[in-house]
Amino acid sequence: MRAVVLAVLLAVLPMLAQAVEPDEILADPALEARARVISKQLRCVVCQSQDIDSSNAGVARDLRLLVRERLTAGDSNAEVVDYIHARYGDFVLLKPPFTRRTVVLWLAPLVLIFAAVLTGGLSLSRARRRRTDAALDPEDEARIAAAMDRYKQGGSE
Amino acid sequence: MKRMLAGLPLVLAAILGAFFLWGLDPERDPNDIPSVLISHPVPEFALDPVPGLDVPGLATADLSGNPGPVVVNVFASWCVPCKAEHAVLSRFVERDGVRLLGINYKDKPEDALRWLAELGNPYSAIGSDLDGRAGIEWGISGVPETFIVGGDGTVLYRYVGPIVGEDAVAKFTLALQQAQGGLS
Repeated sequence: MRAVVLAVLLAVLPMLAQAVEPDEILADPALEARARVISKQLRCVVCQSQDIDSSNAGVARDLRLLVRERLTAGDSNAEVVDYIHARYGDFVLLKPPFTRRTVVLWLAPLVLIFAAVLTGGLSLSRARRRRTDAALDPEDEARIAAAMDRYKQGGSE
Repeated sequence: MKRMLAGLPLVLAAILGAFFLWGLDPERDPNDIPSVLISHPVPEFALDPVPGLDVPGLATADLSGNPGPVVVNVFASWCVPCKAEHAVLSRFVERDGVRLLGINYKDKPEDALRWLAELGNPYSAIGSDLDGRAGIEWGISGVPETFIVGGDGTVLYRYVGPIVGEDAVAKFTLALQQAQGGLS
């Protein structure tokens, strides 16, 4: 049991690792918390599938410092994000805004789910209808019952 | 209704096929990050010259009011591909008379001096971007990156990575010619 706990703890240990270095962290914990929230929304432009909060790339570090600098200067969270958005475009946002260019991106999952539910529902209801169609008429039911009876009597003899 | 449904797989196959064809296009680079600067004025920045170098620094004002397009190259002595690109850029300057301006990105001045002394200096002006802040203003993701800026200070083109090799040089030359109005 102890070994299992140890293994699990060791397995989750890497999750504690972070790219934010001690010299970047702000003295004010409230500002630092906001900086971490913002950093998680911004994509690293070098590594592309990581947020800047967890990236070790040089540009990501620069952007983290920039975020903290803007926050210290009194910017709101939205203003900080806008500042970086203006320089790096939609690409830098991990959650892209809903615009004319991103309509397909946002709506495709909904359309696909709707289509899946529709086709699934249609084929299920058709299958059920076929099953009720396939039910035997009373005459056949009676013949089968008679045959079963004969078989059971024959089996007991 | 039934006949319409029978045609549905064909329509779906055509739509998916077109999508896959688009995805397989070798010209399409999914890692390509579109620059927001294109057809916008150059960002606000002001960089001091590299200490000890005989060319001036670089600021926003230097990039407007030029008689023709200029090339702004972000480089560093620690960047290995920049060394390969240096020869290409030098040739553009010597052969085609391109005005080349540099942003020395996060480089120690003494390293930059040694690098330029060794390879030659094709840049008419170099701004020293010690903390990388001007790099962020330009929206760069790494070095080298090269921009073509119109005479009026509008960013016309951005090339990410070293301009090395036939394809890259051809691509950049074409962009440069378009910027010059197809004159050269």
